[in-house]
Amino acid sequence: MFYQSVIVLLPLGFLILKAFHIPPSLFLRDIQSPRLLAACRLSFGLSAVAAMAATLLGGVTAWTLARIPFPGKRIVDALIDLPFALPTSVAGITLTALYSPNAWIGHLVAPLGIQIAYTPLGILLAMLFVSFPFSVRTLQPVIEEIPREIEEAAALLGASPGITFLRVLLPPLRSAVGTAFCLCLARSLGEYGSIIFIAGNRPLKTEIAPLLIVTRLEQYDIHGALILAMILLIPSLALLTLLHRFRLQRIP
Amino acid sequence: MTEPVPIRRLLVSLTLLIVGVLLMLPLGAVLFEAFRDGIPAWIRAVRDPETLAALSLSLRLTLAAVPLSALFGLAAAWCLTKYRIPGDALFHALLDLPLAISPVVIGLALVLTWGPRSPLGRHLPPILFAFPGMLLAVLFVTFPYVARELIPLMTAQGTEEEEAAALTGAGFFCLLRRVTLPNVRWALFHGFVLAAARSLGEFGAVSIVSGHIRGRTLTLPLLVEMFYNEYRLRDAFAVASLLTLTALLTLAAKSALSRRIRYRNSLRSTPKAGR
Repeated sequence: MFYQSVIVLLPLGFLILKAFHIPPSLFLRDIQSPRLLAACRLSFGLSAVAAMAATLLGGVTAWTLARIPFPGKRIVDALIDLPFALPTSVAGITLTALYSPNAWIGHLVAPLGIQIAYTPLGILLAMLFVSFPFSVRTLQPVIEEIPREIEEAAALLGASPGITFLRVLLPPLRSAVGTAFCLCLARSLGEYGSIIFIAGNRPLKTEIAPLLIVTRLEQYDIHGALILAMILLIPSLALLTLLHRFRLQRIP
Repeated sequence: MTEPVPIRRLLVSLTLLIVGVLLMLPLGAVLFEAFRDGIPAWIRAVRDPETLAALSLSLRLTLAAVPLSALFGLAAAWCLTKYRIPGDALFHALLDLPLAISPVVIGLALVLTWGPRSPLGRHLPPILFAFPGMLLAVLFVTFPYVARELIPLMTAQGTEEEEAAALTGAGFFCLLRRVTLPNVRWALFHGFVLAAARSLGEFGAVSIVSGHIRGRTLTLPLLVEMFYNEYRLRDAFAVASLLTLTALLTLAAKSALSRRIRYRNSLRSTPKAGR
């Protein structure tokens, strides 16, 4: 417990304590600055979209991995955790190498008028990449645990496969889907390493909130960095509480 | 297997498509870019003194962080599952914390706490922009992994075996060595692997506390960034491929270990179900 306090609670305590020392007038002025507003809008908006996409794609993948045998499944299953094991800077330069306008995929979609790297689309992609394993790994064990009997019962009672899925199989997954979404959202919101490479980092356009914290810190604008850190920290803590509640629901 | 065959095929192809585009493609790209100029160029980039310095720093950080966080994880899991203590709900909630908070916020918190002008850092030798500060950052992000692996397993195993050992006269260390550790061995290794991967690869938090001093406080992931920003793309991708190969090893170890854990659990649970 002592270890945990020194490593984790002490720094966070300091952070919050320092935040209370910020003069309120400065705080009010800062949260109206266009650069901060743009960064927050971008971060929150994109991470919500990315979390939804990750939950959906992760759900499909988890369902397949949990219930359908296919050749090469063990390799696919092991690969799911790649974004977790790969350092984020490596992920960042690789995604940029794939999606920038004169690279492999970027080159293919450029004639269609789509640019992925250095636009919000690229940020979205990086967020999806880093949060994908969290969604699969949250949903997969829960899908595996659905008892076969309840589907058989539903089929015997005359439910079509579609109805069975919607009415019988989906409801017990609700808290797991919630957990997956919250985890992905928290991860996307805070992600820094992989995004800074692909985003282009133009202020007001493709500058995410964590990057703005770093920029402000480098300019010795501690108060500015703190304000933004609080804006990111509070939703993370809220998500954490939500997660905890989902977990409690699942136990019975 | 209640899904009709066409739906099954659709699901498998969707999954392969998702995994292919999202995961395999970047994997291939990293290796392709790294070896584009041939193997000699790759070896030259890897043997660059800056790369070697970063490699040794990364390894030292990992070697220091993993045992500490394993020791802590074991102690925490032991306290939480074998005894009842006040505040354990708070502790459980905190286990998710480093996953939920932005690494940048973690870095900022460390700077404010241990920096030269903070009330704590003032009385200490310089921590920030040096090894201790980076170690603190790595410890912050790796602390939950071992504990998260052990807690569910040790909860499931209960305290019966320890009680039996204690009644037959086993001392604390004997009990730990002969009963508890063998029971959780594979889960412990699994946590080890995860913590090692995370401490080798952590970028955001370490980047803020490291100060980017060339040859002194650059870890491998930070070096990738530096090379990339200096347009030394080949070197950046060579270092990146080194990290990617480590990541692949991690994945292999992880998948082998989790299969073993599942196997052991199935062995353990069968006789209990029969009782």
